[in-house]
This record gives sequence, C-alpha cells and structure tokens, in this order.
Amino acid sequence: MQPKTLFDKIWDNHVVHSIENGPQVVYIDRHFIHEVTSPQAFAGLKKRGVSVFRPSQTIATADHNVPTKDQHLPIKDALSKHQVDTLITNCKEFGVELYGLGHPYQGIVHVIGPELGITQPGMTIVCGDSHTSTHGAFGNIAFGIGTSEVEQVLATQCVLQNKPKTMKIEVNGSLKNGVVSKDIILYVISQLSTSGGTGHFIEFCGSAITSLSMEARMTICNMSIEMGARGGLIAPDKTTFEYLQNRPFAPKGSDWEKKLKEWASLKTDKSAKFDQEYYFKADDIEPMITYGTNPGMGIGITEKIPSLNGDASIKKSLEYMDLSGGSQLLGKKIDYVFIGSCTNSRIEDLRLVAELVKGKTKASHVNAMIIPGSKQVEKQAIEEGLDKILQEAGFELRQSGCSACLGMNEDKVPKGKYCVSTSNRNFEGRQGPGARTMLASPLTAAASALTGHITDVREMLN
Amino acid sequence: MDKFTTLESTCIPLPLQDVDTDQIIPARFLKATTRDGFGDNLFRDWRYSQNGQANPEFILNKGLSGEILVAGRNFGCGSSREHAAWAIYDYGIKVVISSFFADIFKNNALNNGLLPVQVSDEFLEILFKEIEKDPDTKVIVSLENEIIKIKDSDYQEEFEINEYKKYCLTNGYDDIDFLISKKKAIGEFETSR
Repeated sequence: MQPKTLFDKIWDNHVVHSIENGPQVVYIDRHFIHEVTSPQAFAGLKKRGVSVFRPSQTIATADHNVPTKDQHLPIKDALSKHQVDTLITNCKEFGVELYGLGHPYQGIVHVIGPELGITQPGMTIVCGDSHTSTHGAFGNIAFGIGTSEVEQVLATQCVLQNKPKTMKIEVNGSLKNGVVSKDIILYVISQLSTSGGTGHFIEFCGSAITSLSMEARMTICNMSIEMGARGGLIAPDKTTFEYLQNRPFAPKGSDWEKKLKEWASLKTDKSAKFDQEYYFKADDIEPMITYGTNPGMGIGITEKIPSLNGDASIKKSLEYMDLSGGSQLLGKKIDYVFIGSCTNSRIEDLRLVAELVKGKTKASHVNAMIIPGSKQVEKQAIEEGLDKILQEAGFELRQSGCSACLGMNEDKVPKGKYCVSTSNRNFEGRQGPGARTMLASPLTAAASALTGHITDVREMLN
Repeated sequence: MDKFTTLESTCIPLPLQDVDTDQIIPARFLKATTRDGFGDNLFRDWRYSQNGQANPEFILNKGLSGEILVAGRNFGCGSSREHAAWAIYDYGIKVVISSFFADIFKNNALNNGLLPVQVSDEFLEILFKEIEKDPDTKVIVSLENEIIKIKDSDYQEEFEINEYKKYCLTNGYDDIDFLISKKKAIGEFETSR
C-alpha cells in the first residue's frame, strides 16, 4: 500500500462519495454549533422541511455573543438576546443538545469539545467557526465552515469539500524559558505569512510539539487558520490518551480499550509525502508579539518592527497601529490586557498567569480582563484559588465566552487603545472599532499588565 | 441561488492585500438571524466613521458603480463568517476578482452565487492600472468559457473553476439539494463503519 499521511488516512476514511472533477461528500462525526452562524442554517432547514439528520452528533453552546458578567440575568442587548434565544428554540425544535448559559458545560465551543471528551482522535469535526482547527490537536480532521455548509451538515451529516493538500511543519528542540506554545505558532505564522498555509491541511510534529501538553497543542492547532490553512492536526499519543481518559464523553470500559488500539495506529506512514514541508528550531524562538493588523505580522519581543516601505497594505496597517517601521515595541505603554479566547483561556493558561502575578499588582492604568474558556475552567480556577490570586493582583476573572476576542458582546477595547491579547486575531477593529491589538502569549500579556508596557517576560523569570 | 453565466460590468477597485472578513463585515453586525441587509454594513469601518459619516476617501463612497469587486491577494482571510459573502452580494456585487482567495471565503462565495475569479498577479496589476486610467473600464467574465477579459483590450486570461461548481452556478443549484439526494448512500456509509 502507498504510504499515507495521517490527514489522508482520516480523510479517505470519511469519503462517502466523490464527484468526478468536483468535491467529495465527507462524512462528519461531530458537529458543533453556536448562536451566531447557525440561525440562518436552521431557517434553511425549515424552509426545505428537513429535520436534523443526526441530532445526537450535533452539540450546541452559546459563546460568541454572551455577556461575561452576571450571566444569571437576562442578556441586556436585545439583538444578542434574540440570537441566543433563537438557538434555544432551534435546539429544542430539532432535538439538539444545548449547553447554553447557566449549564455547567457552557463555554467556548473549542474549549468545551475537548474538555468534555467529545473531541476524539480519528474523527471529522466541523463548526461554523474558523477556529474549529483547535480540535485537530487530538489527531482528527477539524475545520471551520460557513453557514450554508452548517445547513448541509445539519441536513445530511456530510459536507461537500475539495480535498486540501498536505503540509508538514516540524519543530524540533527545547523551548527556552519564558517561551510557550503561543510563541511557537506566532513564530511559525510570522515566517510563513497569513496566507502561507492556504489550501493545505497541516500536520504539526517534532520534539517541540510532542513535548507539549494537550492544552498547549490546542493553542498551536487553533491558529493554523491564521496561516490560511484549512486546519492543523497532531498525531495522538500517550499525552492525548491520558487527557481523554475519564472525560464525560470519552469511551469507557471495553470501548476505551478498543478505541485506544485504534487511536494508536493514527500516524503518518514513515515514507509518506507531504505537498509542502517546513522545519523550524525551537531554539530560534523568543517570546513573540504582533505589531500589525494580521497575525503574520509578528516579531520576537526584542526585535524591531520591520521597515517595509512602499507596500500600501503594510503602510495602512502601521498607520492604524500608530507604529513606525524600525522602532521597538519593548517598553511601549499599553492600556488593556485580554487573557482569554479559544486560543488561550484554559486552566493551564490561567495557572501560568496566576503563578507569574502572584503577590504582585498590575499597573494602575491597565485594564486587565481574564475570561475563562468555559464554566468548567471557571469552576476549577476558583477551586484552585486562582481567582483570589488574580483578584489581589488587580486582574478581573469574569465568566466564560468569546468576549473581547471579537467584541460581539460589550467587552471591547476602545478606539486607539493598545491591548496585549492572548487571542488569535489582530485585525483592524477586531476587539472593537479602532482598537489596536497586539497578540502574545499569556505570559507576555500578564507580564505587560504588571509593568504597564510591553515587557519581555524573561526578565521577570530570571 | 441565482444563476450565473456571463457578466459585463465596471469594477470597484480595492488594491489592498489580506482583506479579512472582519473588515468586510465587522463582528458587531453578525447578530442577525436572517441573511438579509448585510450590504448596508459592507466594509463598515472603512466606509463610515464611528459617528456614521461617510469616509470620502473610501472607494465605495467615490460614486463608482459596478458589479465586480477587484481586490489584492489573499482576499477574505480570517473568520469563516458567511455574512461576508452575503454582505458583498447584498451590496450588488456578483464577481470578486483577486490573485488569491482564502479557502473558506471561496466556498462561502460559491455557495451564494458570488463568483470568485482567481487571476494571475500580473493580470490583477494590469486590471488595477486600467481601472485607475479609466474608471469606466469594463470587464467581461464568462463562466461558460472560464475566461476573463478587459473589454476593448487584448488583456484576457483563463480562470479555473471545478466542473461541479460551474454546473451549480450556471443552473442556480446549491450543494444541499445534491447532498439530500445522496442520503441513501450516507445511511449505507454509516452502517458500513
């Protein structure tokens, strides 16, 4: 048999039908839905008189548009309330399980899938959200889709897709002190650009990747889309299996043993060929930060902003950020720190932050928000006493949701203000009209909150 | 879905790279539960100031008309929001020309009868120059022949689209109809696993 990549194995295993000179009908094992990209899909089903084909494989939550304070009270914003209520009605009508506001499983869709053990190796997973790539950390094919495709999956549990090409990104070596998985992925994107992965599905591998925890791996796969890739995956291993064991929806008993055997075979064959291959050294990576308005515009924290003259897009970007080429970001005064989003809002992220800020106080002019990725993360943070440490340091631990990552709810960064954010996108206006976002790791964000300016966290660790 | 065969139109040029879907339609306008009306907020934060005044520098406020948007490479990157395709189509655009499209945007556009036409960087540069010289420059897009041509010039190029999608667009069919017709095969696939 011809050697195959892990991606090819899982994909080929899910093809129901291939259209000649066209896309393939791909079977979907798990479909996550949320309030923002599903209402028009449900409306489409109603118009066609079609039911949800496999409601038991569909999981809903409310995350994009929910408040992160006083979640027990009715949502104040009328449009947001209507959208969340529409999800409740649709889930009831079509028999879909909803982990909505008030449910102990509620949270960001890409946080709850893995933590509940719904996300498993070898699966195909979709959601009407580009960061669905997060789930690939468990060795599955997970990708974001549009609302018409959400309707396809609701109606038939399948989606029509052209098979992407394959890309290998191998990172070897040990990370330096103060460098975490967010820095790896920001570094890789800065090297390959915001479109470097378009048309491809990435497999991340190498010793710097396999030595990461599951939560750190999720941060890597989460941002595959920021290179334009359809998704990213990491072959499952002992770390994956240990994370999944005993999660609420993970297989149990003899099923678990059977699945373990199956999952252990999920690997790229030794001589399999990728369409593209890139190799990086962990040693070359320092804490990263972005200076521009796409995630590819990142630099090492001690580096200078590149001087790139003549390009209209880069000029526009630097004007928006009110930064100039050739200058350094280190020491630049900041106004906001946002720690949250499907990239970095898990318990390990919160622990990292708490450990760094314990016994210290944030700079008085900085507004520091911490938004846990789910109710479970929130609960665990409180059980571990992290809430008190954070509170004493002047950080506000709020309730779960997407929050200021995209500013759909009231959590926004005001016009012209600088925000060091652990989220995934620094697009113009992403965190609010006129907001200036600098993407970084939870460590860099927390360190900068303490000093009030862009800070090299290594100075605090040494 | 509306049918698409050929289009002859003037163009709206947007010579910027990496235009993301947050610019096409900012997140705060995604609270609707229907597909209508997004065109009013197309490129909202480039088109209007925060107090709602039209920005005279932005291309949509320069009095140009046309059903073709011409944009720099990597158009539609970022969020998967199909609202971006809805906003462009709702505004009255039928074709987007660029030298490179982000994957999810391309799928979303095709699922809504909005044709993404990928051209070479050279052709894109020529097209921008021709529009700059003469804003009344017309472009002819023939889906049947998979050819894009700058009218009254020798500039033309072939573009690629897969046969299935071409068939859907020319007939106004959508993927859901096709998938529903395959339900028996899908059920058989499930039992075979």
